[in-house]
Amino acid sequence: MRNAAILLLLVVALGVSVLAQQPPPQPPEGFVPAASVQGQEQLPAAPLVITAYSVVWLLVFGYLWSIWRRIARAERDLAEVSRRIAGAQRR
Amino acid sequence: MRKLFLPLLILAALMFAYAPVAIQNAPYESTMGLVQKIFYFHVPSWFVMFSAAGVCGMGGAIYLFAGRKEADRFALAAAELAVLFGLMGLLTGPLWGRKAWGVWWQWDARLTSALVMWLVFVAYLLLRKYGGVGSEKLSAVLALFGMANVPFVYLSVNLWRTVHPKTSVVMTLEKDMGRPFLLSTLAFMALFVLLLAARVRLENTRAALDELYLSLED
Repeated sequence: MRNAAILLLLVVALGVSVLAQQPPPQPPEGFVPAASVQGQEQLPAAPLVITAYSVVWLLVFGYLWSIWRRIARAERDLAEVSRRIAGAQRR
Repeated sequence: MRKLFLPLLILAALMFAYAPVAIQNAPYESTMGLVQKIFYFHVPSWFVMFSAAGVCGMGGAIYLFAGRKEADRFALAAAELAVLFGLMGLLTGPLWGRKAWGVWWQWDARLTSALVMWLVFVAYLLLRKYGGVGSEKLSAVLALFGMANVPFVYLSVNLWRTVHPKTSVVMTLEKDMGRPFLLSTLAFMALFVLLLAARVRLENTRAALDELYLSLED
């Protein structure tokens, strides 16, 4: 009788500990509606396309401006040196 | 080239003016949607970068083996354009990738090899600027290595596993996508020829100036 009571106590204790463990959360089955997707994952394409286009135009115009300035400076220097040489030859 | 410069400039300007309309009218790609339209200037910028790398490498080879200084001037001009158009590709690609792949950058075969090739031409320009006497020959060798990279970068998507679309994408484009792509590519190529001509003119002017300075010293 005493042994049976101990056995019963053990079974109850075991049952309580098993019941105390929560089952891991199950991932949802099937498709998740778009409303529950996190905001950071919703990425609009338009700003990316506009930025990419702007990058191309900025680089082209920036380079055109840089090359125009460099050519103008080199041609000014060339004209200046040519003028000096011509002046020295006349003397 | 001077006679061709103005007509080519007008043609390039017209193509660049019409390209946004053609790209706007092109259909959306089924899985990527609007962001795929970056393709119409991302890929042509790389085509121009490859062409510039080729011109730079050929110019370097001619200078190295035949000693022709004009070839070196072409190589220097092309290297600058390789860096410019490579930068366009390197900046527009991640903007497309962020939406299509969910990340700005992947260290895969295509992206990494393209970055390395671009860095070779950056190194070329740095060598020309700070290398001092004799840097022309060293940079010509570097240009050859840069040019040799082109087929590896182009074929990397077919040879190795990568997230980047394969080269077959361009050849299998639908007509509605192919026409704006062709227009955009031709506009970029015309721009490349114009910028190369202008940049070579700058180098020729500098060479003439150097000769004048030398004659002054004599």
